[in-house]
Amino acid sequence: MNAAVVVFPGSNCDADTLHALGTVDGVRARFAWHADAALDGADLVVLPGGFSYGDYLRTGAMAAHAPIMRAVRAHAAQGRPLLGICNGFQILLEAGLLPGAMLPNASTRFCCRWVHVRVESARTPCTAAARPGQVLRLPIAHGEGNYRIDPDGLDDLRSRERVIFRYVSEDGGRAPAANPNGSVDDIAGICNEGRNVVGLMPHPERATEAVLGSECGRVLWDSLLAAVRA
Amino acid sequence: MTAEAPSQPPSGAVLAEVALTRAEYDLAFDLLDRAPTDVELGIIGGMWSEHCGYKHSRPLLPLLPSEGPQVLIGPGEENAGAVDIGRGLAIVMKIESHNHPSAVEPFQGAATGVGGILRDIFTMGARPIAILDSLRFGPLTDRRGRYLANGIIGGIAWYGNCMGVPTVGGEVAVAESYRGNPLVNAMCVGLLEHDQLTSAAAAGTGNELILVGADTGRDGIHGATFASVDDPEASHRGVVQVGNPFMEKLLLEACLEALRTGAVVGLQDLGATGLTSAAVESAGRGGSGVELHVDRVARRASGMTPYEVMLSESQERMLVVAERGRAAEVQAVFATWGLHSDVIGSVTDSGALDVIDRGARAASLPIGMLTDAPTYTYEVRRPAYLDEVEPLDLAEIPMPRDPTDAFLRLLAAPNVASRAPIYQQYDHMVGANTVLAPGGDAALLRIKGTPLGVALATDGNSRTTYLHPYVGGAAAVAEAARNVSCTGARPLALTNCLNFGSPEQPAAYYQLVHAVRGMAAASAALGAPVVSGNVSLYNESGGEAIWPTPVVGMLGVLDDLERRCGMAFGADGDEIAVLGAGRPLLDGSEYLASAFGRVAGRPALDLVAEAALQRLVRELIAARLLSSAHDCADGGLAVALAESAFAGGRGVQAPDLPGGGRWDARLFGECQTRVVVSFAPSAGAAVAAAAAQAAVPMRVVGAVGGPRLRLGPIDVDLAQAEHVWAGGLAQALAGRGASV
Repeated sequence: MNAAVVVFPGSNCDADTLHALGTVDGVRARFAWHADAALDGADLVVLPGGFSYGDYLRTGAMAAHAPIMRAVRAHAAQGRPLLGICNGFQILLEAGLLPGAMLPNASTRFCCRWVHVRVESARTPCTAAARPGQVLRLPIAHGEGNYRIDPDGLDDLRSRERVIFRYVSEDGGRAPAANPNGSVDDIAGICNEGRNVVGLMPHPERATEAVLGSECGRVLWDSLLAAVRA
Repeated sequence: MTAEAPSQPPSGAVLAEVALTRAEYDLAFDLLDRAPTDVELGIIGGMWSEHCGYKHSRPLLPLLPSEGPQVLIGPGEENAGAVDIGRGLAIVMKIESHNHPSAVEPFQGAATGVGGILRDIFTMGARPIAILDSLRFGPLTDRRGRYLANGIIGGIAWYGNCMGVPTVGGEVAVAESYRGNPLVNAMCVGLLEHDQLTSAAAAGTGNELILVGADTGRDGIHGATFASVDDPEASHRGVVQVGNPFMEKLLLEACLEALRTGAVVGLQDLGATGLTSAAVESAGRGGSGVELHVDRVARRASGMTPYEVMLSESQERMLVVAERGRAAEVQAVFATWGLHSDVIGSVTDSGALDVIDRGARAASLPIGMLTDAPTYTYEVRRPAYLDEVEPLDLAEIPMPRDPTDAFLRLLAAPNVASRAPIYQQYDHMVGANTVLAPGGDAALLRIKGTPLGVALATDGNSRTTYLHPYVGGAAAVAEAARNVSCTGARPLALTNCLNFGSPEQPAAYYQLVHAVRGMAAASAALGAPVVSGNVSLYNESGGEAIWPTPVVGMLGVLDDLERRCGMAFGADGDEIAVLGAGRPLLDGSEYLASAFGRVAGRPALDLVAEAALQRLVRELIAARLLSSAHDCADGGLAVALAESAFAGGRGVQAPDLPGGGRWDARLFGECQTRVVVSFAPSAGAAVAAAAAQAAVPMRVVGAVGGPRLRLGPIDVDLAQAEHVWAGGLAQALAGRGASV
């Protein structure tokens, strides 16, 4: 699998994502520059976390209009896997590739800590190797992860199994204290109608090696590898 | 020739603006053999400020050990120290204060402190891998105290998070003494290969000087000089700079990429006194001169004078020395990152700083005169207050009637309660290296592609230093080293920040001198030389000096990351023991301060016993005998046991504590040289044998397990205690009283 990690000015999880992908056998990962026009045959495109364009205007708002995004849209339109992590998720929202918007965390503060998320659907290239209901221990680190969507949009996400990750307790149950940012319906990640575009706030690239405290993120990379090979 | 010098000596008001005494002005006149121009006066004032010239502290700094086979770059040589960690790799590190700006505008003051220390690290050619922050706040019961504290925390988070450099550790303490003068000491650590080390020297006549990054504005003029005088509140308005971490992130990536062109011979950041000190210090290192054309500096505001351009402290700027004829190559890299740059001058062989404005010379000063600020020493006299605070009559301290209630109150105290409400606002995991996160003794980072780990901790106990400056200075080093040793890592080198009151006040000067002597002794005893540092004096407001606050940032190296240890209790049934010769006393303890409002007593530290303890702990960890190791510090044994219990989610059974005397002294009393460890019962004999071999006292105090904390007369549900501990600081920062 050829993976491209897009580097925007201010991306800061780009190297971590490249490193995590590099630990997976069968993945060749490289950076793609925001000002470039083409993705050169990437099977997977990842929009990494960070503070693209310093969060000026709104999180992800300026990156959504970077030159590379034309190629990213074309990649998604072909049904190929596109994953947005944290700021990458925010960019996908601003680009209209995923529905909804982000508000500042309910606490109004940046929050970095471990959370548990439940895989709500295995019907995406990012979660195909996961068991529905599987609980993943992943870190979050964001100031604006409070996901919002209008009631009709939320109904659509729910009815079409497009909520992919929810914040839960360690035992997998829903609980107000398990939601770190106030997201509607405890949503941590969603997919598009075509199911090939996935965005999530937690950082699987920080949970890919046991030495960092969790390997739960690896199921995303394994899923993507299998999906691309299929 | 130089713009006409004034015919009359400057007024007192003019000298006050540049923070020069009349005697210093006369010295400058003699050295120049003429009157300095206005621009020159501003440059001299900046370079001779305490902040840049270390005029009060420089005579003391040679006391600190700075040599060792691991030291690649020692203090004062470059923007930061560099330490060999093996395998051709080096760690670059420095800590720096941003106290005065943070007292006036806490958010931007703290943020730009982080920005400045980051630049110090990447000017060395290193990629920053960690930030730590040592913070001191006034009482959080006070509205302004909370405003300052929350603003400072928010500013650090804003800058560090955006940069993508994890904030992995630090410490925070609250005391009345910091009410008008909070402390913000930011430490940054970078990683590089030895051959990537970059100098900040402007050498090679004809090489070109490029200014890159933010445009230059009127912000921050006189920041350095006003950081060196009393009453920051009155003087700092309009002086505090505003940061732009996005710009700095671009600068970081662009500078590291520019270094790979091979066309860069030197990098220097613009910090205090801006272009002035950047040019002067890099020329000083290169043994050269520099010619600057201020009219070529891109500006944020119109009508700026040469004086303003030279002294602006606008953030996110770097001075790059490019090989002659290759400036365009370097500027092309900056353009890729969307950064503006200008060639503003060149390296000369004049030995002078020449400032030129539209063809006319605005200043011409010998570099040596500027880098060699006059120094001051004073008589060291023991202050009278020490005689008043030293005796502690235990008969005056009533025994608490309800031990469990006293314990819960201590757990909720702002100096003891969980730090999570602060460090969760910092991205402490970005970089994908954080193995031991904040909340333990030291942070531990892996070095990708190697078996190495680096352990990092900051420490400083101002209450101890106030009561006994020498012991306080030594204890800052010892405790930081102990924290590092508790992970299994070997302390290798340290960086220090000396936060004191006015050196012109005898008490503060005594504290400074003795604390430095104590630090020097501990640094030598523990084999961790000082590789960089910073001095912040005049920390006072309303005429009262802050408590003397020496802060140490310690680097340790773990050769095999697999042989590491954390603070969390690991298994029910493990035995718990206290290692070390320290004997707990109420003297100077957090308990005495928070429960009784008393700061008294005589702290002590035996450096030989300390070194033996730390060596033993590292050996036990390397032999994989320990389940946990945790420094026994603020709040004494009871709090150390509770912290390991909370981290491991396991209770403690220690109903019969060893030792005699008051139970509150045994449980809440403090001292140096103690570590709480736990181990499987099967390892007990080996641990005891190793301790005996090392002549380190060991006392078994109980066992891990159960749903309660049973510590002598204390008996409380683990979850209830943890709830109180977890909420104490969060509630204080939110302006709500602790609920016990």
